[in-house]
Amino acid sequence: MSTQVRNNDFTIRIANVNGTGSASANTLLMKAFFRMGIPVAGKNYFPSNIQGLPTWYEIRVSDEGYICRSGRVDIMVAMNAQTYQKDLAAVSPGGYLLYDSTWPRDKQLAREDISVFGVPLSRMCNERFTRARERVLMKNIAYVGVLAALLDIDVEAVKTLLRESYGAKPQLLDGNQLAFDLGYDYAREHFPCPLPIRARAAGKTAGHIMVDGNTTAAMGALFAGATVVGWYPITPSTSVIDSFKSMAERWRRDPQTGRQAVAIVQAEDELAAIGMVLGAGWNGARAFTSTSGPGISLMSEFLGYGYFTEIPAVLINVQRCGPSTGMPTRTQQGDILACAYASHGDTRHVLLFPANPEEAFYLTAEAFNLAERLQTPVMVLTDLDIGMNDWMCPELKWDAAYQPDRGKVMSAEQLEKIEKFHRYLDVDGDGIPWRSLPGVHPKGAYFTRGSGHNRWGTYTEDAAEYRDLVDRLLKKWETARTLVPPALIDHAGQHRVGIVSVGTCDGAVHEARDRLAATGMHANYLRVRAFPFGSEVREFLDAHERIYVVEQNRDAQLRSLLLIETGVEQDKLVPVLHYDGMPVSADDIIKGINQDVLKGKAA
Amino acid sequence: MSYIAKPKVVHPGLPRNELGLSMRDYEGGMSTLCAGCGHDSITAALVQAAFELSLPPHRMAKLSGIGCSSKTPAYFLSASHGFNSVHGRMASVATGANAANNELVYVGVSGDGDTLSIGLGQFCHAIRRNLNMLYIIENNGVYGLTKGQFSASADIGSKAKKGEVNRQPPIDPCLLALSIGCTFVARSFSGDKEQLVPLIKAAIRHRGFAMIDVISPCVTFNNHEGSTKSYDFTRRHYQPAVYADYVPPAQEIRSEQAAGSLQAVTMHDGSRLLLHKVGADYDATDRLAAFGYLSRHQAEGAIVTGLLYIDENSPDMHELQATPERPLNSLPYAELHPGQKGLDAIQARFR
Repeated sequence: MSTQVRNNDFTIRIANVNGTGSASANTLLMKAFFRMGIPVAGKNYFPSNIQGLPTWYEIRVSDEGYICRSGRVDIMVAMNAQTYQKDLAAVSPGGYLLYDSTWPRDKQLAREDISVFGVPLSRMCNERFTRARERVLMKNIAYVGVLAALLDIDVEAVKTLLRESYGAKPQLLDGNQLAFDLGYDYAREHFPCPLPIRARAAGKTAGHIMVDGNTTAAMGALFAGATVVGWYPITPSTSVIDSFKSMAERWRRDPQTGRQAVAIVQAEDELAAIGMVLGAGWNGARAFTSTSGPGISLMSEFLGYGYFTEIPAVLINVQRCGPSTGMPTRTQQGDILACAYASHGDTRHVLLFPANPEEAFYLTAEAFNLAERLQTPVMVLTDLDIGMNDWMCPELKWDAAYQPDRGKVMSAEQLEKIEKFHRYLDVDGDGIPWRSLPGVHPKGAYFTRGSGHNRWGTYTEDAAEYRDLVDRLLKKWETARTLVPPALIDHAGQHRVGIVSVGTCDGAVHEARDRLAATGMHANYLRVRAFPFGSEVREFLDAHERIYVVEQNRDAQLRSLLLIETGVEQDKLVPVLHYDGMPVSADDIIKGINQDVLKGKAA
Repeated sequence: MSYIAKPKVVHPGLPRNELGLSMRDYEGGMSTLCAGCGHDSITAALVQAAFELSLPPHRMAKLSGIGCSSKTPAYFLSASHGFNSVHGRMASVATGANAANNELVYVGVSGDGDTLSIGLGQFCHAIRRNLNMLYIIENNGVYGLTKGQFSASADIGSKAKKGEVNRQPPIDPCLLALSIGCTFVARSFSGDKEQLVPLIKAAIRHRGFAMIDVISPCVTFNNHEGSTKSYDFTRRHYQPAVYADYVPPAQEIRSEQAAGSLQAVTMHDGSRLLLHKVGADYDATDRLAAFGYLSRHQAEGAIVTGLLYIDENSPDMHELQATPERPLNSLPYAELHPGQKGLDAIQARFR
């Protein structure tokens, strides 16, 4: 066993059974590190199940602030007999395993290269707690106590968190504190505490929050002033609406009348959900839906309608593992192409790609501006990793002077003055026509149709008129290119190698670049944040000889999109792909890049 | 879809309504449906109803799906916004539109294919939400635009133009609507404007989901011998159960009919409906009775028409959602965002 002390640089994995209430214990543990000022990330690997199937929670503690999956397990808390063998095998050499020694474990299963600690968690809790549910729950708090002793976690930080959670319920508070102490005292008595891997107060989390991206996306919609929501429950996007709903109850309710300045309509399916959003957007309300892959498939018909008839809509797509039903509780970036060109015919959609919950907040709010400015559906593509895991982010800010951009909407006064209103006439030359809202003025009336229409807003089957309209939509697309958030570029220097990535790959790319640089391999980095790509994307591709496109899907969808849309030379773009449903780690990226480098040397 | 503008010639002697508008102001583009199509009569009835109610056309919104029926919103109310959506999805668009602005009058036009096949789910759920709108089904039992396939409202034994006989039971929109809590259920016939116009007026004034199933024969694909949705068949089996008279809020009720066969229903806005019952035992406010009456008479081959059921007291979608009285699309931004203070309060639990 290594005895070299490693502060604030380890990964804990807790193996548990779904439905045993481990979530609050795990959050308690993670927040204890956060309160100690240590950068931390929590990732939940859970089954598509209510109760009984295996679930894992992983906490990465990193002084460097690395937030992606480490690909390592330094200490495993093996609470699930069903997965014990697998969990034992997953511990990194030199690591530790903690298990419930109330029952004997299989002697056949042993590893010489790790340390194993047995704690009679069930026995201790059964002796001290009487109710069945309490006994199950408190086991989880007890292992937090054990870990606190082993890892030298600040006990006061844990107790403060417990007081904040249960202060109003003394009985619960006492129980939790007792369970924590049981584990803590047992570990101090029986094990060499603290271990060489340990937590040290670091003062690096001030001005930060721990939050998941579904919550921040909902906050973005709330702050953007969304008033109509059409939605259908689907993992992993459901909590976007759950969060929105609870915040709306607090911030949109008139305490006098009890009325709430929002309509949140649970639809019968995703077809209806997006139909509601389009109906509301057409009628001048800011409206959104949130969904995941299967929902995108169902919404595609209406997305094409929204594109062709030019109706603002915001859609938050929390991507999960496809194809088909796929793995609903695993992450992927597999909807990039499906969203970019969703629906039949020549359609293309504005996409935004947040990389973390902080961006999920700002980009969701921005999506509403873009949707109204461009009069088209805008999709915010997050994924399960952003949406449902807790990330450390800088505190969110809101500019007091912010005013939403409602785009080109004719007022009653403007309509009164003009001779005749034409819905699809490009009067400003930017490809964006003016629209009118129902009920405002008799002169504003027009007929919205998904069938052929011309610049005057009337039906057409005329070849020239049809072409005129769809070509104008392309012109609007060029305007969109200048309005969407630009890609973020990190020029490390005059290097021939570049990395391009998107969304949640960002954390892993960041770490991979540091580690590659330490071995003498330097790469510049571009992260796309929107589709259509701005001119900076093409410039970056042109400026580098070899570009690694890092993404989390099998078919190199971002790379395909770059090839189609920028016309860059195909061989320059080397796919680095990760698509097993787990979030990408820095190791995955380094491995992918090294493979290509080795291939180049062999050739 | 019409792209032929109708010449607007207004005779100085044409009657004007309370807004000073003539019937012409409620018309739309030239119909491109077949000559004699039942749908055109329904269009005319809609125009008349809106004119007689003195509704400002720009305060109405018309929505539809796909099919012959769904083309018709281009043929009336050219001063209203129109939304010709995708096949079977008009109800969801209407839901969103209504959520955004509760002040407009929403008129949805659909067909039997658009409502009872591809759009059955959306139709049912709009009813469950008691969405405040008029929903007209222009029911001809046939897919016209694709040239004559049976729709889900085709009766067993009904014969297609090419001789095929339908063997599957029909979905009756009135029985369906009654069974899932629709608050206004009516049936009429495109050939009976006397009955249809007051029904449309009452449906517009109804606060909630008002469904009118209008038998509207397809002269090209379903008007032959052996069809149960032809003009001839409908006239022979047509059986009005209740005639409705719409009485505006201020007007006195005057009727010469025997008191026992009259039923007055007060609408949400203070106007009243006078129901002239053909059978004295019919009660249009009794859902179970309506369901039984309809089922019994239909089993005998009758097409029961009129205002079959009305419930003025159920909450509509906005009441269920507890939205403010002002339209959501009119709320100033300042009322909608919690500001930095709110943001800080929300973030307090993320530490």
